[in-house]
Amino acid sequence: MGKVKTLDDLRKLRDELKNQTSLRDKSEHSESLVQVKVAMATCCIASGSRETMNYLADELDKRNIEAVVTQTGCMGYCYAEPTVEITLPGKEPIVFGYVDEKKADEIIEKYIKGGELVEGIIPMNYQNIDIDKK
Amino acid sequence: MKEISLHILDIVQNSIHAGSSSIEINIRESKIDDCLSFVVSDNGSGMDKTEIEKILDPFYTSKNKKTGMGIPLLKQHAEMAGGKIEISSEKGQGTTILALFEYNNIDRQPLGDIKSTITGLIRTNPEIDFIFTLQIENNRFELDTQEIKKVLEGIKINTPEVIRFLDNKIDEFQNKNRIE
Repeated sequence: MGKVKTLDDLRKLRDELKNQTSLRDKSEHSESLVQVKVAMATCCIASGSRETMNYLADELDKRNIEAVVTQTGCMGYCYAEPTVEITLPGKEPIVFGYVDEKKADEIIEKYIKGGELVEGIIPMNYQNIDIDKK
Repeated sequence: MKEISLHILDIVQNSIHAGSSSIEINIRESKIDDCLSFVVSDNGSGMDKTEIEKILDPFYTSKNKKTGMGIPLLKQHAEMAGGKIEISSEKGQGTTILALFEYNNIDRQPLGDIKSTITGLIRTNPEIDFIFTLQIENNRFELDTQEIKKVLEGIKINTPEVIRFLDNKIDEFQNKNRIE
């Protein structure tokens, strides 16, 4: 009984969403969007990455910023969890450490919206980790 | 880990890393039966017997790093709360992990924010099929993303409105069936 009612509610929501012209398939032009990768290994989860990831996903949507939020494994910066890698369109990825909700808000407002670097960047980086893995 | 739901999130990350396309998460809470349990089953790459023994060692990992604390931490927390973990797996078939805790044990961690754990997983892994069941005493909640995707007729399951909808449904169920 409860399940049928839920599916009916979902159908209603689907019809509402179909009528929204702003609905877009982000995956088809993801390179032109802000890419946000939240590290989600044991060290990250224990340090609060779930809250960081959900905050970023919710707030980017509320602030109408076209972004794709995904998760990744441990980036090797366990001391600085939660870590988040942000790639602005056409730019190199930047990894931020100790990203709680307050820091995530600052990153959205200053770096994602304005391209201004904020404290907490983990120095390069990223490409080195990939090389180490090989 | 401060919450059991964080352990669940961590175990599911292993399933994702193992290339699973379908992951089932079943949670049961019963004060009457003095039991809080969860089972995570996946259809990922699986493990042989030697690997199963190794994953209980905190300094073993299949990933490209130095430690693998997830399963040993879960085992420790389950045993602290009078429970245990059981792992069954077959190479190429998938893995099932069961964790049991005594519900009334003073050392048991709270289940925590399972709602945002589940919707967070769906949001960032829309291509994976998740089946989530939550049973509180005799009341059962079920969420099957394959079924949801069919109803959505092409609308992405990780659309913010859909995620909020799922969030609210889990919330409603938990509030209605909260154990006092």
